[in-house]
Amino acid sequence: MAEQTRRSFAARTLAAAGTLSLGGCYDLSQKKWFTDILGSVEVLTRRAQHLFAGPHTLAPEYSKADIAPVFRANGTLDPGTPDYAAHVANGFRDWRVTVTGLVEKPLSLSMAELRALPSRTQITRHDCVEGWSCIGEWKGTPLALLLAAAVPKPAARYAVFYCADPMTAEGDPEHYYYESLPLSEAVHPQTILAYEMNGQTLPVAHGAPVRLRAERQLGYKQPKYLQRIDLVEDFSRIEGGKGGYWEDLGYTWYGGI
Amino acid sequence: MTDHATDLPSPPALPAKELALKALGVPRGPHYFFYRHSAWVRAAHWLNALCLAVMLMSGLAIFNAHPALYLGNGSDFEHPILSLTAQQNNDGSVTGYTWIGEHFFNTTGILGASREDGQWMARGFPSWATLPGPQWLAMGRQWHFAFAWILVLNGLLFFAYGLWSGHFRRDLTPTRKDIADLPHEIAQHARLHFPHGEAARHYNALQKLAYASVIFGLGPLVVLTGLTMSPTMDAAFPILPWIFGGRQTARTIHFVCAFSFLAFFLVHIAMVVLSGSWNNIRSMITGWYAIGKEPGHG
Repeated sequence: MAEQTRRSFAARTLAAAGTLSLGGCYDLSQKKWFTDILGSVEVLTRRAQHLFAGPHTLAPEYSKADIAPVFRANGTLDPGTPDYAAHVANGFRDWRVTVTGLVEKPLSLSMAELRALPSRTQITRHDCVEGWSCIGEWKGTPLALLLAAAVPKPAARYAVFYCADPMTAEGDPEHYYYESLPLSEAVHPQTILAYEMNGQTLPVAHGAPVRLRAERQLGYKQPKYLQRIDLVEDFSRIEGGKGGYWEDLGYTWYGGI
Repeated sequence: MTDHATDLPSPPALPAKELALKALGVPRGPHYFFYRHSAWVRAAHWLNALCLAVMLMSGLAIFNAHPALYLGNGSDFEHPILSLTAQQNNDGSVTGYTWIGEHFFNTTGILGASREDGQWMARGFPSWATLPGPQWLAMGRQWHFAFAWILVLNGLLFFAYGLWSGHFRRDLTPTRKDIADLPHEIAQHARLHFPHGEAARHYNALQKLAYASVIFGLGPLVVLTGLTMSPTMDAAFPILPWIFGGRQTARTIHFVCAFSFLAFFLVHIAMVVLSGSWNNIRSMITGWYAIGKEPGHG
Protein backbone atom coordinates (compact mmCIF):
# COMPACT_ATOMS: atom_id res chain seq x y z
CA MET A 1 0.00 0.00 0.00
CA ALA A 2 1.41 3.41 -0.95
CA GLU A 3 2.22 5.78 1.87
CA GLN A 4 -0.24 8.34 0.47
CA THR A 5 -3.14 5.87 0.54
CA ARG A 6 -2.30 4.82 4.05
CA ARG A 7 -2.31 8.42 5.22
CA SER A 8 -5.67 9.18 3.64
CA PHE A 9 -7.08 6.02 5.21
CA ALA A 10 -5.94 7.28 8.60
CA ALA A 11 -7.49 10.66 7.89
CA ARG A 12 -10.82 9.05 7.00
CA THR A 13 -10.74 6.95 10.15
CA LEU A 14 -10.13 10.04 12.26
CA ALA A 15 -12.95 11.88 10.51
CA ALA A 16 -15.32 8.98 11.16
CA ALA A 17 -14.29 9.00 14.82
CA GLY A 18 -14.99 12.73 14.88
CA THR A 19 -18.66 12.22 14.00
CA LEU A 20 -18.96 10.22 17.20
CA SER A 21 -17.71 13.13 19.28
CA LEU A 22 -19.72 14.59 22.16
CA GLY A 23 -22.13 16.68 20.12
CA GLY A 24 -22.71 13.79 17.75
CA CYS A 25 -23.66 11.47 20.59
CA TYR A 26 -26.09 14.01 22.00
CA ASP A 27 -27.70 14.44 18.58
CA LEU A 28 -27.96 10.66 18.20
CA SER A 29 -29.71 10.46 21.58
CA GLN A 30 -32.53 12.54 20.09
CA LYS A 31 -32.88 10.64 16.79
CA LYS A 32 -35.82 8.26 16.69
CA TRP A 33 -34.06 5.57 14.63
CA PHE A 34 -31.24 5.49 17.15
CA THR A 35 -33.41 5.37 20.27
CA ASP A 36 -35.42 2.62 18.53
CA ILE A 37 -32.20 0.57 18.32
CA LEU A 38 -31.51 1.24 22.00
CA GLY A 39 -35.11 0.17 22.71
CA SER A 40 -34.63 -3.16 20.94
CA VAL A 41 -31.49 -3.72 23.03
CA GLU A 42 -33.73 -3.35 26.10
CA VAL A 43 -35.82 -6.30 24.82
CA LEU A 44 -32.61 -8.32 24.33
CA THR A 45 -31.47 -7.49 27.87
CA ARG A 46 -34.87 -8.44 29.33
CA ARG A 47 -34.97 -11.78 27.47
CA ALA A 48 -31.38 -12.63 28.42
CA GLN A 49 -31.98 -11.81 32.07
CA HIS A 50 -35.21 -13.84 32.12
CA LEU A 51 -33.31 -16.73 30.57
CA PHE A 52 -30.92 -16.74 33.54
CA ALA A 53 -33.30 -15.68 36.31
CA GLY A 54 -36.41 -17.65 35.26
CA PRO A 55 -39.75 -16.96 36.93
CA HIS A 56 -38.91 -18.34 40.38
CA THR A 57 -35.40 -17.35 41.54
CA LEU A 58 -35.50 -15.19 44.65
CA ALA A 59 -33.79 -11.87 45.28
CA PRO A 60 -31.24 -12.21 48.11
CA GLU A 61 -32.75 -11.84 51.58
CA TYR A 62 -30.85 -10.46 54.55
CA SER A 63 -30.87 -10.61 58.34
CA LYS A 64 -32.31 -8.08 60.78
CA ALA A 65 -28.77 -6.86 61.51
CA ASP A 66 -28.49 -5.68 57.89
CA ILE A 67 -31.53 -3.37 58.07
CA ALA A 68 -30.56 0.23 57.22
CA PRO A 69 -30.87 2.66 60.17
CA VAL A 70 -32.07 5.28 57.67
CA PHE A 71 -34.00 4.01 54.65
CA ARG A 72 -34.07 6.78 52.08
CA ALA A 73 -37.54 7.76 50.89
CA ASN A 74 -37.52 8.82 47.24
CA GLY A 75 -40.02 10.20 44.72
CA THR A 76 -43.29 11.38 46.26
CA LEU A 77 -42.92 11.82 50.03
CA ASP A 78 -46.56 12.81 50.58
CA PRO A 79 -49.22 12.85 47.85
CA GLY A 80 -50.52 16.07 49.40
CA THR A 81 -54.04 15.94 47.95
CA PRO A 82 -57.08 16.74 50.14
CA ASP A 83 -58.38 13.26 49.38
CA TYR A 84 -55.15 11.61 50.60
CA ALA A 85 -55.02 13.88 53.67
CA ALA A 86 -58.52 12.72 54.59
CA HIS A 87 -57.36 9.08 54.34
CA VAL A 88 -54.41 9.84 56.62
CA ALA A 89 -56.74 11.58 59.09
CA ASN A 90 -58.99 8.54 59.50
CA GLY A 91 -56.19 5.99 59.52
CA PHE A 92 -56.89 4.69 55.98
CA ARG A 93 -60.11 3.01 57.15
CA ASP A 94 -61.80 3.84 53.81
CA TRP A 95 -58.78 3.02 51.62
CA ARG A 96 -59.47 0.26 49.14
CA VAL A 97 -57.26 -1.79 46.89
CA THR A 98 -59.06 -3.03 43.81
CA VAL A 99 -58.22 -5.65 41.20
CA THR A 100 -59.89 -4.87 37.89
CA GLY A 101 -59.64 -5.40 34.14
CA LEU A 102 -59.14 -8.80 32.55
CA VAL A 103 -60.25 -10.85 35.57
CA GLU A 104 -63.21 -13.16 36.13
CA LYS A 105 -63.90 -11.82 39.65
CA PRO A 106 -62.97 -8.15 40.27
CA LEU A 107 -61.89 -7.53 43.87
CA SER A 108 -62.16 -4.60 46.25
CA LEU A 109 -60.45 -4.96 49.62
CA SER A 110 -60.16 -2.70 52.64
CA MET A 111 -56.83 -2.54 54.48
CA ALA A 112 -58.33 -4.72 57.24
CA GLU A 113 -59.30 -7.35 54.67
CA LEU A 114 -55.84 -7.21 53.08
CA ARG A 115 -54.17 -7.64 56.47
CA ALA A 116 -56.41 -10.62 57.24
CA LEU A 117 -54.96 -12.55 54.27
CA PRO A 118 -51.80 -14.68 54.62
CA SER A 119 -48.68 -12.53 54.55
CA ARG A 120 -45.01 -12.79 53.62
CA THR A 121 -42.20 -10.99 55.50
CA GLN A 122 -38.93 -10.37 53.69
CA ILE A 123 -35.74 -8.43 54.41
CA THR A 124 -34.55 -7.26 51.04
CA ARG A 125 -32.35 -4.73 49.30
CA HIS A 126 -34.02 -1.80 47.58
CA ASP A 127 -31.99 -0.70 44.53
CA CYS A 128 -32.69 2.76 43.19
CA VAL A 129 -32.11 3.50 39.50
CA GLU A 130 -29.85 6.33 40.70
CA GLY A 131 -27.40 3.79 42.10
CA TRP A 132 -27.94 3.63 45.87
CA SER A 133 -29.35 0.75 47.92
CA CYS A 134 -31.11 0.36 51.30
CA ILE A 135 -32.05 -2.82 53.14
CA GLY A 136 -35.44 -3.00 54.83
CA GLU A 137 -38.00 -5.48 56.16
CA TRP A 138 -41.35 -5.63 54.43
CA LYS A 139 -44.55 -7.43 55.36
CA GLY A 140 -47.47 -7.76 52.99
CA THR A 141 -49.90 -9.85 51.01
CA PRO A 142 -48.41 -11.83 48.12
CA LEU A 143 -49.92 -10.38 44.95
CA ALA A 144 -50.17 -13.94 43.59
CA LEU A 145 -52.87 -14.65 46.22
CA LEU A 146 -54.98 -11.71 45.11
CA LEU A 147 -54.58 -12.52 41.45
CA ALA A 148 -55.46 -16.16 42.04
CA ALA A 149 -58.67 -15.02 43.79
CA ALA A 150 -59.48 -12.64 40.95
CA VAL A 151 -58.84 -15.33 38.30
CA PRO A 152 -57.07 -13.59 35.38
CA LYS A 153 -58.57 -14.10 31.92
CA PRO A 154 -56.31 -15.82 29.39
CA ALA A 155 -55.74 -12.54 27.52
CA ALA A 156 -54.24 -10.80 30.59
CA ARG A 157 -50.50 -10.12 30.11
CA TYR A 158 -49.65 -7.18 32.34
CA ALA A 159 -50.60 -5.84 35.75
CA VAL A 160 -50.91 -2.04 35.74
CA PHE A 161 -50.62 -0.34 39.13
CA TYR A 162 -52.46 2.94 39.75
CA CYS A 163 -51.41 5.17 42.64
CA ALA A 164 -52.71 8.14 44.63
CA ASP A 165 -49.72 10.47 44.17
CA PRO A 166 -50.22 13.19 41.54
CA MET A 167 -47.14 13.81 39.39
CA THR A 168 -47.93 17.20 37.88
CA ALA A 169 -47.97 20.74 39.20
CA GLU A 170 -51.29 22.36 40.09
CA GLY A 171 -53.38 23.41 37.11
CA ASP A 172 -52.10 20.71 34.79
CA PRO A 173 -54.30 17.83 33.74
CA GLU A 174 -54.07 15.26 36.50
CA HIS A 175 -51.46 12.57 36.08
CA TYR A 176 -50.91 10.10 38.84
CA TYR A 177 -48.00 7.73 39.30
CA TYR A 178 -48.55 4.42 37.58
CA GLU A 179 -46.41 1.40 36.75
CA SER A 180 -46.74 -2.03 35.19
CA LEU A 181 -45.18 -5.48 35.41
CA PRO A 182 -45.54 -8.59 33.31
CA LEU A 183 -47.90 -11.10 34.93
CA SER A 184 -44.96 -13.48 35.54
CA GLU A 185 -43.26 -10.89 37.76
CA ALA A 186 -46.57 -9.92 39.41
CA VAL A 187 -47.01 -13.49 40.71
CA HIS A 188 -43.36 -13.89 41.80
CA PRO A 189 -43.30 -15.06 45.45
CA GLN A 190 -41.48 -11.88 46.60
CA THR A 191 -43.97 -9.55 44.88
CA ILE A 192 -46.13 -8.36 47.77
CA LEU A 193 -48.52 -5.54 48.65
CA ALA A 194 -46.54 -4.27 51.64
CA TYR A 195 -48.35 -2.55 54.52
CA GLU A 196 -45.57 -2.86 57.11
CA MET A 197 -41.96 -1.68 56.99
CA ASN A 198 -39.37 -2.65 59.61
CA GLY A 199 -42.16 -3.95 61.90
CA GLN A 200 -44.12 -0.67 61.80
CA THR A 201 -47.20 0.45 59.87
CA LEU A 202 -45.97 1.70 56.49
CA PRO A 203 -45.06 5.42 56.84
CA VAL A 204 -46.50 8.06 54.50
CA ALA A 205 -43.07 8.78 52.96
CA HIS A 206 -42.77 5.11 51.95
CA GLY A 207 -46.25 4.81 50.42
CA ALA A 208 -48.87 4.40 53.18
CA PRO A 209 -51.09 2.55 53.51
CA VAL A 210 -49.79 0.03 50.94
CA ARG A 211 -47.07 -0.15 48.28
CA LEU A 212 -45.77 -2.74 45.89
CA ARG A 213 -42.56 -4.64 46.57
CA ALA A 214 -41.14 -6.47 43.53
CA GLU A 215 -37.71 -7.43 44.75
CA ARG A 216 -36.06 -8.35 41.45
CA GLN A 217 -36.80 -4.86 40.11
CA LEU A 218 -35.45 -1.34 40.58
CA GLY A 219 -37.28 1.08 42.89
CA TYR A 220 -39.31 2.87 40.24
CA LYS A 221 -41.06 -0.42 39.39
CA GLN A 222 -42.39 -0.63 42.98
CA PRO A 223 -45.08 2.06 43.26
CA LYS A 224 -46.32 3.55 46.51
CA TYR A 225 -49.85 4.72 47.59
CA LEU A 226 -51.34 1.80 45.67
CA GLN A 227 -55.07 1.88 44.84
CA ARG A 228 -55.81 -0.23 41.81
CA ILE A 229 -54.31 -3.20 40.00
CA ASP A 230 -55.64 -3.44 36.46
CA LEU A 231 -54.94 -6.51 34.33
CA VAL A 232 -54.54 -5.66 30.66
CA GLU A 233 -53.51 -7.21 27.38
CA ASP A 234 -51.34 -4.24 26.43
CA PHE A 235 -50.62 -0.79 27.85
CA SER A 236 -49.96 1.19 24.67
CA ARG A 237 -53.15 3.28 25.13
CA ILE A 238 -52.62 4.00 28.83
CA GLU A 239 -51.21 7.47 29.62
CA GLY A 240 -48.00 7.93 27.53
CA GLY A 241 -48.19 4.34 26.33
CA LYS A 242 -44.83 3.21 27.73
CA GLY A 243 -46.16 1.35 30.77
CA GLY A 244 -45.26 3.71 33.59
CA TYR A 245 -44.72 7.28 34.74
CA TRP A 246 -40.93 7.16 34.39
CA GLU A 247 -41.14 5.05 31.24
CA ASP A 248 -43.21 7.81 29.62
CA LEU A 249 -40.26 10.10 30.42
CA GLY A 250 -37.73 7.83 28.69
CA TYR A 251 -36.75 5.24 31.30
CA THR A 252 -36.77 1.62 30.22
CA TRP A 253 -39.88 -0.43 30.94
CA TYR A 254 -37.66 -3.34 31.91
CA GLY A 255 -36.42 -2.45 35.39
CA GLY A 256 -34.38 -5.51 36.32
CA ILE A 257 -31.06 -3.82 35.55
CA MET B 1 28.69 -2.18 1.49
CA THR B 2 26.39 -1.17 4.29
CA ASP B 3 22.74 -0.37 3.79
CA HIS B 4 23.32 3.24 4.70
CA ALA B 5 25.33 3.64 1.57
CA THR B 6 22.25 2.92 -0.52
CA ASP B 7 20.43 5.93 1.00
CA LEU B 8 19.96 8.96 -1.20
CA PRO B 9 22.78 11.37 -0.64
CA SER B 10 21.14 13.91 1.64
CA PRO B 11 22.49 16.63 3.88
CA PRO B 12 22.89 15.67 7.53
CA ALA B 13 19.43 15.62 9.12
CA LEU B 14 18.51 18.39 11.51
CA PRO B 15 17.80 17.23 15.06
CA ALA B 16 14.15 18.34 14.70
CA LYS B 17 13.65 16.28 11.57
CA GLU B 18 15.36 13.34 13.18
CA LEU B 19 13.05 13.57 16.19
CA ALA B 20 10.01 13.83 13.95
CA LEU B 21 10.99 10.75 11.98
CA LYS B 22 11.67 8.88 15.19
CA ALA B 23 8.25 9.88 16.52
CA LEU B 24 6.61 8.61 13.35
CA GLY B 25 8.38 5.34 13.87
CA VAL B 26 9.65 5.12 10.33
CA PRO B 27 13.16 3.74 10.34
CA ARG B 28 15.45 6.08 8.45
CA GLY B 29 17.42 3.26 6.97
CA PRO B 30 16.10 0.40 4.91
CA HIS B 31 13.28 -1.45 6.53
CA TYR B 32 10.85 -4.23 5.89
CA PHE B 33 7.23 -4.69 6.92
CA PHE B 34 6.29 -7.32 9.44
CA TYR B 35 2.65 -8.48 9.73
CA ARG B 36 2.13 -7.82 13.43
CA HIS B 37 -1.64 -7.83 14.08
CA SER B 38 -4.17 -10.21 12.51
CA ALA B 39 -7.41 -8.80 11.10
CA TRP B 40 -9.35 -10.29 14.05
CA VAL B 41 -7.17 -8.52 16.59
CA ARG B 42 -7.34 -5.25 14.68
CA ALA B 43 -11.14 -5.32 14.35
CA ALA B 44 -11.59 -6.28 18.00
CA HIS B 45 -9.15 -3.55 19.06
CA TRP B 46 -10.98 -0.67 17.36
CA LEU B 47 -14.45 -1.90 18.30
CA ASN B 48 -13.23 -2.23 21.87
CA ALA B 49 -11.80 1.29 21.80
CA LEU B 50 -15.18 2.68 20.71
CA CYS B 51 -17.04 0.63 23.34
CA LEU B 52 -14.72 1.65 26.17
CA ALA B 53 -15.09 5.34 25.31
CA VAL B 54 -18.90 5.06 25.27
CA MET B 55 -18.95 2.90 28.42
CA LEU B 56 -16.74 5.29 30.40
CA MET B 57 -18.65 8.42 29.40
CA SER B 58 -22.16 6.96 29.74
CA GLY B 59 -21.02 5.38 33.02
CA LEU B 60 -20.06 8.80 34.34
CA ALA B 61 -23.48 10.11 33.25
CA ILE B 62 -25.11 7.33 35.32
CA PHE B 63 -22.78 7.97 38.25
CA ASN B 64 -23.84 11.64 38.21
CA ALA B 65 -27.37 10.60 39.23
CA HIS B 66 -25.94 9.76 42.66
CA PRO B 67 -22.28 10.80 42.77
CA ALA B 68 -21.24 8.86 45.86
CA LEU B 69 -19.65 5.47 46.53
CA TYR B 70 -20.15 3.09 49.44
CA LEU B 71 -19.04 -0.29 50.76
CA GLY B 72 -21.37 -3.18 51.65
CA ASN B 73 -24.85 -4.02 50.41
CA GLY B 74 -26.59 -0.81 51.42
CA SER B 75 -25.64 2.86 51.15
CA ASP B 76 -24.54 4.54 54.38
CA PHE B 77 -25.48 8.03 53.19
CA GLU B 78 -23.67 9.71 56.09
CA HIS B 79 -20.36 8.00 55.32
CA PRO B 80 -19.68 7.56 51.61
CA ILE B 81 -16.09 6.60 50.84
CA LEU B 82 -16.11 9.05 47.95
CA SER B 83 -18.61 11.72 46.99
CA LEU B 84 -18.90 14.78 44.77
CA THR B 85 -21.00 17.55 46.27
CA ALA B 86 -21.94 21.16 45.52
CA GLN B 87 -22.69 24.13 47.72
CA GLN B 88 -24.68 27.19 46.72
CA ASN B 89 -22.90 30.34 47.95
CA ASN B 90 -24.59 33.58 49.09
CA ASP B 91 -23.46 35.44 45.94
CA GLY B 92 -25.18 32.85 43.75
CA SER B 93 -22.01 31.03 42.71
CA VAL B 94 -21.59 27.30 43.24
CA THR B 95 -18.61 25.53 44.80
CA GLY B 96 -17.86 21.91 43.98
CA TYR B 97 -16.23 19.55 46.46
CA THR B 98 -14.67 16.12 46.18
CA TRP B 99 -14.87 14.15 49.41
CA ILE B 100 -12.64 11.18 50.12
CA GLY B 101 -13.83 9.85 53.45
CA GLU B 102 -13.69 12.83 55.83
CA HIS B 103 -11.30 14.86 53.64
CA PHE B 104 -12.59 17.33 51.10
CA PHE B 105 -11.02 19.30 48.26
CA ASN B 106 -12.36 22.26 46.32
CA THR B 107 -12.75 20.93 42.76
CA THR B 108 -15.06 23.64 41.39
CA GLY B 109 -15.26 23.61 37.61
CA ILE B 110 -14.48 19.92 37.22
CA LEU B 111 -15.92 17.77 40.02
CA GLY B 112 -19.02 18.55 42.09
CA ALA B 113 -19.97 21.73 40.25
CA SER B 114 -19.25 22.78 36.69
CA ARG B 115 -20.71 24.76 33.82
CA GLU B 116 -23.27 23.21 31.49
CA ASP B 117 -24.12 25.48 28.55
CA GLY B 118 -22.61 28.37 30.50
CA GLN B 119 -24.79 27.72 33.57
CA TRP B 120 -23.16 26.66 36.83
CA MET B 121 -24.65 23.34 37.89
CA ALA B 122 -24.29 20.87 40.72
CA ARG B 123 -23.06 17.83 38.81
CA GLY B 124 -20.54 15.12 39.69
CA PHE B 125 -18.52 14.92 36.48
CA PRO B 126 -18.54 17.80 33.98
CA SER B 127 -20.67 17.66 30.81
CA TRP B 128 -17.62 17.23 28.55
CA ALA B 129 -16.90 13.90 30.27
CA THR B 130 -20.41 12.40 30.18
CA LEU B 131 -22.62 10.86 27.53
CA PRO B 132 -25.05 12.42 26.95
CA GLY B 133 -23.53 15.74 28.03
CA PRO B 134 -26.60 17.21 29.77
CA GLN B 135 -27.71 15.32 32.89
CA TRP B 136 -30.00 12.61 31.47
CA LEU B 137 -29.87 9.37 33.46
CA ALA B 138 -32.38 7.45 31.31
CA MET B 139 -30.37 8.05 28.12
CA GLY B 140 -27.02 7.40 29.82
CA ARG B 141 -28.35 4.01 30.92
CA GLN B 142 -29.57 3.16 27.38
CA TRP B 143 -26.16 3.92 25.85
CA HIS B 144 -24.38 2.02 28.63
CA PHE B 145 -26.47 -1.15 28.37
CA ALA B 146 -26.44 -1.19 24.56
CA PHE B 147 -22.67 -0.85 24.29
CA ALA B 148 -22.20 -3.32 27.17
CA TRP B 149 -23.59 -5.97 24.81
CA ILE B 150 -21.15 -5.02 22.05
CA LEU B 151 -18.27 -4.89 24.53
CA VAL B 152 -19.05 -8.32 25.96
CA LEU B 153 -19.74 -10.02 22.60
CA ASN B 154 -16.57 -8.51 21.16
CA GLY B 155 -14.66 -9.64 24.25
CA LEU B 156 -16.03 -13.21 24.00
CA LEU B 157 -15.12 -13.41 20.29
CA PHE B 158 -11.64 -12.10 21.09
CA PHE B 159 -11.28 -14.71 23.87
CA ALA B 160 -12.35 -17.49 21.51
CA TYR B 161 -9.94 -16.24 18.86
CA GLY B 162 -7.09 -15.79 21.35
CA LEU B 163 -7.44 -19.35 22.63
CA TRP B 164 -8.09 -20.96 19.25
CA SER B 165 -5.37 -19.14 17.29
CA GLY B 166 -2.71 -19.43 19.95
CA HIS B 167 -2.50 -15.64 20.22
CA PHE B 168 -2.80 -15.75 24.03
CA ARG B 169 -0.26 -18.57 24.44
CA ARG B 170 2.19 -17.32 21.84
CA ASP B 171 2.03 -13.56 22.37
CA LEU B 172 0.70 -12.89 25.88
CA THR B 173 2.02 -15.68 28.12
CA PRO B 174 5.24 -14.51 29.79
CA THR B 175 8.24 -16.81 29.27
CA ARG B 176 10.90 -17.53 31.90
CA LYS B 177 13.15 -15.12 30.02
CA ASP B 178 10.45 -12.41 30.18
CA ILE B 179 10.25 -12.77 33.95
CA ALA B 180 14.03 -12.70 34.30
CA ASP B 181 14.20 -9.61 32.08
CA LEU B 182 11.47 -7.76 33.97
CA PRO B 183 13.74 -5.51 36.13
CA HIS B 184 15.77 -4.61 33.04
CA GLU B 185 12.58 -3.86 31.06
CA ILE B 186 11.27 -1.60 33.80
CA ALA B 187 14.56 0.31 33.88
CA GLN B 188 14.55 0.64 30.09
CA HIS B 189 10.93 1.84 29.98
CA ALA B 190 11.64 4.36 32.75
CA ARG B 191 14.38 5.84 30.54
CA LEU B 192 11.91 5.79 27.62
CA HIS B 193 14.12 3.32 25.74
CA PHE B 194 11.87 1.01 23.76
CA PRO B 195 12.68 -2.13 21.79
CA HIS B 196 13.45 -1.50 18.15
CA GLY B 197 14.29 -3.67 15.21
CA GLU B 198 13.88 -7.41 15.66
CA ALA B 199 13.02 -7.08 19.39
CA ALA B 200 9.86 -5.14 18.45
CA ARG B 201 8.45 -8.25 16.75
CA HIS B 202 7.40 -9.60 20.12
CA TYR B 203 5.72 -8.10 23.16
CA ASN B 204 8.18 -7.51 25.98
CA ALA B 205 7.53 -8.60 29.56
CA LEU B 206 5.86 -5.33 30.58
CA GLN B 207 3.58 -5.33 27.56
CA LYS B 208 2.53 -8.93 28.20
CA LEU B 209 1.84 -8.12 31.84
CA ALA B 210 -0.15 -4.99 31.00
CA TYR B 211 -2.25 -6.58 28.25
CA ALA B 212 -2.82 -9.84 30.15
CA SER B 213 -3.97 -8.06 33.31
CA VAL B 214 -6.45 -5.97 31.33
CA ILE B 215 -7.74 -8.89 29.22
CA PHE B 216 -7.95 -11.51 31.98
CA GLY B 217 -8.34 -9.29 35.06
CA LEU B 218 -9.88 -5.88 34.51
CA GLY B 219 -12.18 -6.92 31.64
CA PRO B 220 -13.99 -9.79 33.42
CA LEU B 221 -14.03 -7.80 36.69
CA VAL B 222 -15.75 -4.77 35.18
CA VAL B 223 -18.39 -6.99 33.53
CA LEU B 224 -19.10 -9.04 36.68
CA THR B 225 -19.32 -6.03 39.00
CA GLY B 226 -21.61 -4.40 36.42
CA LEU B 227 -23.92 -7.42 36.41
CA THR B 228 -23.92 -7.46 40.23
CA MET B 229 -25.68 -4.09 40.23
CA SER B 230 -28.69 -5.64 38.45
CA PRO B 231 -31.30 -6.87 40.97
CA THR B 232 -32.54 -9.54 38.54
CA MET B 233 -29.00 -10.88 38.01
CA ASP B 234 -28.55 -11.02 41.79
CA ALA B 235 -31.66 -13.23 41.96
CA ALA B 236 -30.26 -15.43 39.18
CA PHE B 237 -26.76 -15.56 40.69
CA PRO B 238 -26.86 -14.70 44.43
CA ILE B 239 -23.16 -15.56 44.52
CA LEU B 240 -22.39 -12.31 42.66
CA PRO B 241 -23.13 -9.84 45.48
CA TRP B 242 -21.60 -12.34 47.90
CA ILE B 243 -18.28 -12.51 46.00
CA PHE B 244 -17.90 -8.76 45.82
CA GLY B 245 -19.04 -8.02 49.37
CA GLY B 246 -22.35 -6.40 48.48
CA ARG B 247 -23.96 -4.43 45.70
CA GLN B 248 -22.48 -1.10 46.77
CA THR B 249 -18.98 -2.57 47.02
CA ALA B 250 -19.47 -3.99 43.53
CA ARG B 251 -20.49 -0.52 42.34
CA THR B 252 -17.34 0.95 43.91
CA ILE B 253 -15.14 -1.72 42.29
CA HIS B 254 -16.91 -1.05 38.97
CA PHE B 255 -15.99 2.64 39.32
CA VAL B 256 -12.35 1.83 40.17
CA CYS B 257 -12.23 -0.52 37.15
CA ALA B 258 -13.50 2.28 34.89
CA PHE B 259 -10.68 4.57 35.99
CA SER B 260 -8.16 1.72 35.73
CA PHE B 261 -9.22 1.40 32.08
CA LEU B 262 -8.72 5.15 31.70
CA ALA B 263 -5.24 4.90 33.28
CA PHE B 264 -4.41 1.97 30.98
CA PHE B 265 -5.62 4.01 28.00
CA LEU B 266 -3.44 7.02 28.93
CA VAL B 267 -0.31 4.88 29.40
CA HIS B 268 -1.15 2.97 26.21
CA ILE B 269 -1.41 6.22 24.20
CA ALA B 270 1.81 7.55 25.75
CA MET B 271 3.64 4.34 24.80
CA VAL B 272 2.21 4.40 21.27
CA VAL B 273 3.46 7.96 20.78
CA LEU B 274 6.83 7.49 22.44
CA SER B 275 7.67 4.28 20.60
CA GLY B 276 6.69 5.54 17.14
CA SER B 277 3.10 6.64 16.70
CA TRP B 278 2.58 6.17 12.99
CA ASN B 279 4.30 2.80 12.84
CA ASN B 280 2.16 1.57 15.76
CA ILE B 281 -1.10 3.04 14.47
CA ARG B 282 -0.47 1.73 10.96
CA SER B 283 0.19 -1.74 12.33
CA MET B 284 -3.14 -1.66 14.21
CA ILE B 285 -4.99 -0.46 11.09
CA THR B 286 -3.28 -2.38 8.27
CA GLY B 287 -1.46 -5.01 10.28
CA TRP B 288 1.98 -4.02 8.96
CA TYR B 289 4.76 -2.83 11.25
CA ALA B 290 8.01 -1.39 9.86
CA ILE B 291 11.19 -2.89 11.22
CA GLY B 292 14.53 -1.26 10.42
CA LYS B 293 17.33 -3.49 9.21
CA GLU B 294 20.43 -3.16 11.30
CA PRO B 295 23.49 -1.95 9.38
CA GLY B 296 25.46 -4.93 8.18
CA HIS B 297 22.53 -7.29 8.38
CA GLY B 298 20.98 -6.28 5.07
